[in-house]
Amino acid sequence: MHCASDRDRPTLIWLQGVTCNGNTHSFLNLPYLPQLLAKYDLLYHPLLPASSTLSEVVQCKRPCDVLVFEGAYDPLMKRHEVLLSELLDYYGMRAGHIIGVGSCASFGGMFKASAPQRNSGLIFDESESSGPLLALKNKVINLSGCPVHPEWLGYTLSMIADNKEIKVDTLHRPLELYSHLVHHGCTRNEYFEWKVDAKAFGLKEGCLFYLQGCRAPMTHASCNRILWNDVSSKTRSGTPCFGCTEPDFPRNDLFHTKTNMSIPEDVPLGVPKRSYLTITGIAKAFHIERLEGKLIDDKTAD
Amino acid sequence: MARISKEERKNGIISAALKLFSEKGFYVTTIPDIAEKVGMSVGNFYNYFTSKDILAKELVMYISEYLGEKIREINDKPISTKEKTAAIVSMYFAMANERPEMIEYFLRIYLSNREVFGEGCAGMVCVSPFVTEMMMFFNDGVSCGDLRDQDFFSAFGLFMGYLGGMVFLFGEKILPEPLSSYEASISENIYNALRVR
Repeated sequence: MHCASDRDRPTLIWLQGVTCNGNTHSFLNLPYLPQLLAKYDLLYHPLLPASSTLSEVVQCKRPCDVLVFEGAYDPLMKRHEVLLSELLDYYGMRAGHIIGVGSCASFGGMFKASAPQRNSGLIFDESESSGPLLALKNKVINLSGCPVHPEWLGYTLSMIADNKEIKVDTLHRPLELYSHLVHHGCTRNEYFEWKVDAKAFGLKEGCLFYLQGCRAPMTHASCNRILWNDVSSKTRSGTPCFGCTEPDFPRNDLFHTKTNMSIPEDVPLGVPKRSYLTITGIAKAFHIERLEGKLIDDKTAD
Repeated sequence: MARISKEERKNGIISAALKLFSEKGFYVTTIPDIAEKVGMSVGNFYNYFTSKDILAKELVMYISEYLGEKIREINDKPISTKEKTAAIVSMYFAMANERPEMIEYFLRIYLSNREVFGEGCAGMVCVSPFVTEMMMFFNDGVSCGDLRDQDFFSAFGLFMGYLGGMVFLFGEKILPEPLSSYEASISENIYNALRVR
């Protein structure tokens, strides 16, 4: 449906709302960006070479098969003297697919936090369905993340270009990318199991859940399965997951685990707190020397 | 006459062993003592528990599960943290009156003979049902804004240390009044020490 019969490639327009450009910059790191863009007729992008200027795009006379929207929606914001709402109305109605890239476009994200009464995502305001494109929600794919992982956008655009169906979750995020938790594939899982904590950032050893604010066991994303720049992730480098793909991002105190009398307020998704505490208490009874020091320290056999 | 089930036999051993251990101590009490009290042969006893150490650990788990279940019932009630505090104190003192051997065993055997319980009962393994419920009590209390956020063990030690101390004084016949007469003031002291200020 995205590709008109008189054109070989689907047209793509990338518009920006209130944004820091982070998703655009993330996209520029996609290793196969040239090959991906070759599948599209790029009409407009704020940084990449494209066939139209912004002043032409805001006249609302261009065709658009895929509309990519970066940043939070602000009803008072204009691009080239034209309200965002008019641009979204025009191109949203015509596009076969609308992609909200980043957490701001998905849920309001960082910019909603600074202007909560005005800013929102395309179809969600945090997790509430009240965004400007609610009527077009069946076309919207949210790629939350701060910023979006370039591979996730690459996957989505490739699927659309190849006319393949993308199944989404209740927050309109592709299931293929967001069914997993960041916890899946975390190299620190053994430390999580036995409750051995990382006392500081940047360490290779220890779990970041208890002391560093890690949200990996309750955050839907595939950061530890599809690595950033093909090599790393926050938790692999010793930084806690901030939960940036979830509607409640940004939370306060990103480096702090909220506890009630040393008991984590939030426990891994789907686990009753009572059961979690029982298992944790038992796990803590084990002292596994192998997990208590630096893994790289010299150990001799004798 | 109905035949006594294996489960009932096992419970009989647990009751008898709790009484003997808490009265005579762990080392003085022998398996023949326990077998005699429940009216079975020593050989048959070993069909239920293969050693005195294993029995000792099962007893701790039995008490922990019993206490955990009682506190869980209180935790699940739609009452304030202050009322829950009073209910836990009341339940604990009632248990000390009705089944003193359970708390005596915990205080005099489990806490004093760590060498028996080290292997297999390390940390919270044997007492986890009870400690988990106390965690839930503290977590819910902080979560609803009643209790001050602090380290778990500081709060746990305050609560259980106070109760254990009172039951110890009661067992030593030092308390001039029955345990129940201290319930209200102890509940108030504990709640005041833990509540948000």
